[in-house]
Amino acid sequence: MNIDLTIIWAFIIAFAVFAYVVMDGFDLGIGIIFPALGRGAERDKAMNSVAPVWDGNETWLVLGGGGLLAAFPLAYAIILPAIYPPIIAMLLGLVLRGVAFEGRWRDPNHQPFWDFAFTAGSFVAAFAQGVTLGALLQGVEVEGRAYAGGWLDWLSAYSVLTGIGTVIGYGLLGSTWLIMKTEGAVQDHAFRMSWKLFPATLVALGAVSLYTPFLEAEYFARWFTFPSVLFSAQVPLLVAVIAFLLFRSLRLRHDYAPFLLTLGLFLLGMIGLGISMFPYVVPDEVTIWDAATHPSSQAFMLVGTLFIVPLIIGYTAWAYWVFRGKVGDEGYH
Amino acid sequence: MFDGFDALLLARIQFAFTVSFHFIFPAFSIGLASYLAVLEGLWLKTNDSTYLDLFKYWRKIFAIAFAMGVVSGIVMSYQFGTNWSVFSDKTGPVIGPLMAYEVLTAFFLEAGFLGVMLFGMDKVGRKLHFTATLMVAVGTFISAFWILSVNSWMQTPTGYEIAANGQFVPGDSWLAIIFNPSFPYRLVHTVMAAYLTTAFVVGAVGAYHLLKNKADHRARRMFSMAMWMAALVAPLQIFAGDMHGLNTLEHQPAKVMAMEGHYQSHPDGAPLILFGIPNSAEQRVDYAIEIPKASSLILKHDLNAPLAGLDSVPEDKQPPVGMIFWSFRIMVGIGFAMLGIGVFSLLARVRGRLYDWPWLHRAAIVMGPSGFVAVIAGWITTEVGRQPYTVYGLLTTADSVSPLAAPAVGASLVAFIVTYFIMFGAGTAYILKLMGKPATGHEEAAASGPLRSAGITPASADSTQRGRSGTMMEEGA
Repeated sequence: MNIDLTIIWAFIIAFAVFAYVVMDGFDLGIGIIFPALGRGAERDKAMNSVAPVWDGNETWLVLGGGGLLAAFPLAYAIILPAIYPPIIAMLLGLVLRGVAFEGRWRDPNHQPFWDFAFTAGSFVAAFAQGVTLGALLQGVEVEGRAYAGGWLDWLSAYSVLTGIGTVIGYGLLGSTWLIMKTEGAVQDHAFRMSWKLFPATLVALGAVSLYTPFLEAEYFARWFTFPSVLFSAQVPLLVAVIAFLLFRSLRLRHDYAPFLLTLGLFLLGMIGLGISMFPYVVPDEVTIWDAATHPSSQAFMLVGTLFIVPLIIGYTAWAYWVFRGKVGDEGYH
Repeated sequence: MFDGFDALLLARIQFAFTVSFHFIFPAFSIGLASYLAVLEGLWLKTNDSTYLDLFKYWRKIFAIAFAMGVVSGIVMSYQFGTNWSVFSDKTGPVIGPLMAYEVLTAFFLEAGFLGVMLFGMDKVGRKLHFTATLMVAVGTFISAFWILSVNSWMQTPTGYEIAANGQFVPGDSWLAIIFNPSFPYRLVHTVMAAYLTTAFVVGAVGAYHLLKNKADHRARRMFSMAMWMAALVAPLQIFAGDMHGLNTLEHQPAKVMAMEGHYQSHPDGAPLILFGIPNSAEQRVDYAIEIPKASSLILKHDLNAPLAGLDSVPEDKQPPVGMIFWSFRIMVGIGFAMLGIGVFSLLARVRGRLYDWPWLHRAAIVMGPSGFVAVIAGWITTEVGRQPYTVYGLLTTADSVSPLAAPAVGASLVAFIVTYFIMFGAGTAYILKLMGKPATGHEEAAASGPLRSAGITPASADSTQRGRSGTMMEEGA
């Protein structure tokens, strides 16, 4: 039997990244839309709805980073120095918002400061993640086994666009999450915000999708030439379908569908990303096979992953189940 | 503005800063998670509400410390790549899987059950809640297991081969990598250090409240538990530290030479230098106070055993002596001071004055932060002692660094320092504020109260002065 562990690991890392976006996107999104929420009960409810789960959510980011080091050490070693400033900015943003969770409740005398830290941290982290994605897609300079570009190469119109797009998209995840987790006036407000963020997300998604194929001839070929267009054209079609369903569910004021459909948009974005990049992990420079770790390391980790990830999903689901339903007024722990 | 600086030096300072800051939190939360599990377990067993009150009191503090540990820890998982990309590329196949296992088996376990432990006491049954607390405690230990295995492998690498592309790759057995020679010693020594650190924090908080009110039965309970830990674990820790030192002598003799201040070799019995001022330029320790032949006795169990000095190590392979010499003495000094408090508390117990001996309580307060100092000092000893290598004897620190521009590293270093001091400063200040308040009995209602989420009402300004369920009784039930 000849199974390519490298491909399996590429999918596992992609899964970790997507799981991170699913879990932490709405969480950062709450921070992004936080200033638009009313002081007092509305902000309290928004924060309560993510308080029990946020550090579990961010653990997926550690898995993304740690997993990349473990499964594709060469990619980790090239990509991180290439995007050094946005990565550091993201980390600092996460520090700000993470501590703000505790600070906001426990130190109400300085609530404006903590609210600012929560929003600024969430915004910076989301923007930096988007920039990171853009910087990777536009390509990085590699020499031998190391990054060879300058420390500001990541900054471009394209990476700023992907950064803004991510902020808007996470904002929509946040507002639709609130639709799901709240009721009454807060939910009404969340619907109104979603009506603004939803078209903005589509515009951002469209702009990034149109820009990307023109970055490199390789991307263009994958998206627009026969026969691969037969496959790749399904992605924008599905985006249109999901956008319509999302439009309809917001109109019909569904509780759960808007959030799940927004996740669907992100999933399609991720698949589009996969179409552009595969099998490269650093575009046009390093393939997943170039970067793959030793087969023994792949196998050693895979054994554990196959047993442990289902367990993790199980108890994470249980934790969400414990805190299911609409958030009440009861306050913090 | 950082163009004149050396990117390698800045990268090292940044890593030292972020890892030292991070290490403070797990050093506390590993012990505190276990303490919480013990408190909740004792409450379930005895139904004595004092345990529950203490559980809820320390849980608030744990939540803040843990949050700071999580976010400062995420930083670490990326620092390897941002600052030490060559190291990551070369060692990834060996240490990457161990770190991945840490995430999978420890971080998710902690984070997954933390929400239920913090917020879910009234949403799940008692046993299930206790299970969540246990999982968090077990998770902190598993985390220590993996990351110390990685660190130990960097100190005493075994079980690897070197591939054609320059990478360290696993040999036949992963067990040879995980259980490398220094790992068991380091694991025991570090985990006990975490327990002691927590015990002395808990002891200081108990002592502080006993000085104010010696009848406070909750302060009595926490003080007594902490002093048992001090009396029992401090001597074990000194023994474990000695074993760890002998292991280091076997595998990393240059580190021990620096710890001991042995610039010169001593062919017939080396002295134990208690104090002195290392003078690396002249290769000697100035103003040394020493016990003849005692170092040979401790390290070789023979007064006249020869001990090599740093003169036997090429100059560019020597670790910096001054820092290691001092950090080692600080750690050992605190270890013996901890033992002293333990003995003092036993004496007080025998005399029946454990809760009524202000000098004991004052001493315990002074020793409150000592664990953190000892942990950081020990960490500096072992990490600086590994220099000039990242993988001992095989890969130098200078060869491990990322291709970085000094301005990027320098600016981010400043950003780290500013952000960490503001955010973790605020968090720590808040922990101290919580510790300044005595544990209360408001919690007693929670156990029998209605199944509704208890909590502080965030909006009310005085909420922090009330127990968690105090507000629940007033507004909710």
